[in-house]
Formats: sequence, C-alpha cells, structure tokens
Amino acid sequence: MTFRKYLVLGAMILFNAFGDVALSHGMKKMGAIHAHRLTDAVAAVFTPWVVVGILLLLGFFACYLTALSWADLSYVIPATALGYVVLALLSQWLLGETVTLTRWAGIALVGGGVFVLARGPVLTVPEKPRPPAVTADAAEGQS
Amino acid sequence: MNSLYTWGAIGLLVAASTAGDVLLSVAMKKTGDLGDLRRRQALGAVATRIFTQGTFWMGIACMTVAFFSLLVALSWADVSLVAPAATSLTFLTTAVAAKLFLNENVDQRRWLSAVLVGVGVALLAW
Repeated sequence: MTFRKYLVLGAMILFNAFGDVALSHGMKKMGAIHAHRLTDAVAAVFTPWVVVGILLLLGFFACYLTALSWADLSYVIPATALGYVVLALLSQWLLGETVTLTRWAGIALVGGGVFVLARGPVLTVPEKPRPPAVTADAAEGQS
Repeated sequence: MNSLYTWGAIGLLVAASTAGDVLLSVAMKKTGDLGDLRRRQALGAVATRIFTQGTFWMGIACMTVAFFSLLVALSWADVSLVAPAATSLTFLTTAVAAKLFLNENVDQRRWLSAVLVGVGVALLAW
C-alpha cells in the first residue's frame, strides 16, 4: 500500500462519518415521514443539512470507488468503520460529550477489527491455473 | 412508528446496500486501478470508462434504494437503533456476499475483523 492509497482510505473514512452526521441531523429536523406520504423523503433531499450530508457523501463515494478499484470489498467496508471511532473521540474532545464505558468498548473492538484487517492482504489475487504435471512417460519421451 | 415498519426499512437498507456494494465492486474491478489509469488517461476518459458499465448503474440504483430506506428509517426510529442495526448487519452481509459472489479470499482474519467491527459499531452507536 502506498501513502496515496492510505490517504484515499483516510478521506473516505472522514467523508463518510461527517456525511452521516449531517444527514441524521437534517432528517431529525424534518420530523417523521409517514408511510402514506413517502414522497416527503424526496422533499427532504432539498433541505440544507441533507444537502450538506449528500455533498460529503459524494466525496466519500469518489474515494470509495477509487479504493474499490484496487482493494477487495471485504477489506474496504470494515475500514470505513474507523470513522465511527474518529467521531466518538471528536465528540468527547470538541463537544465535551462523555464517552461511556460501552462506547470505549466499541472503540476498542472497531480499532481491533481494523488492526486485524490491515495486517492482511488488500486484494485477492486469483490463483493461476497450474501447468499440467509432467508424467514419468512424458518426461522420458522428452529426454 | 410500528417497529415492523422500522425493521422492514432496515432490512431493505441492508439488502440494497449489500447488493449495491457488490455491483460497484464488480464495476470498479473491471475498470481497473484508478491511480494507474489516471497516469495514462485524462479524467474524462477514466470517468467514461466507469460510467459506461452496466453494473455501475445497477449498483447506483441499489444504493439509491438504500439511501431512501435510510432516510425513511431515520425518520421512523432513533438513529441509535437504525445506525448500529443497519451498519453492523451490513458488515456481516458484505463479507458473506464478497465470498459468495466476488470469490474474495474472506479468510479467518477478515471474518474476525467483520465480527469485531460489527459488534464494535453496534456498541458505539447504541
């Protein structure tokens, strides 16, 4: 993995985390969408916080597609979870929120999961078909 | 809102998201390493290479379904239920789908990672 590829993964993680927060905030401000008025979900797309969320998630999407072009899906998806750890830590440092014991356990598990993942290969290399085994008869014929 | 509706939206979100991820992965593997391509081709040519793939647009369609399911689920239930439930399940379903449909080498290391991350995210968002 080159530094540039780590940079793509880092940007993907941050865009995803902040995009999710903006979307969640926007939808909470909008209120509940009722089953008989699902078209309200389309109207939600044009509210400011949802627009910010969508722009951030577009940034995530560009990085995500780039990562998928050189890494396995089963590598890229768990890596995105590191964004939740970043958010939990930021919420404590910047917003003064208390990180509970449960959240610390979550941070440890996600961090451990990504650490385990990062020590393995990024991409599955398809196995090349083995050349046919040379039989004793064929070997004698060649000599 | 009825919890059956909420879990229906979460189920649709997980299924559509997993299908979208698999289709996009297929499209991007066919496209090739974007870093290498950008060194040889202009941005427009690389974009055309991606956007002319059917699997890319099928992936986008699935992601669109997932996105609206998320919006609806978030409006019906707290993010503290929707986020951990949907994301943890998606980590596991994606690992299964990557092995089944993409023939990725999902070895013990990746299973362990998917489970740790899935449980961890659930705890974080709860």
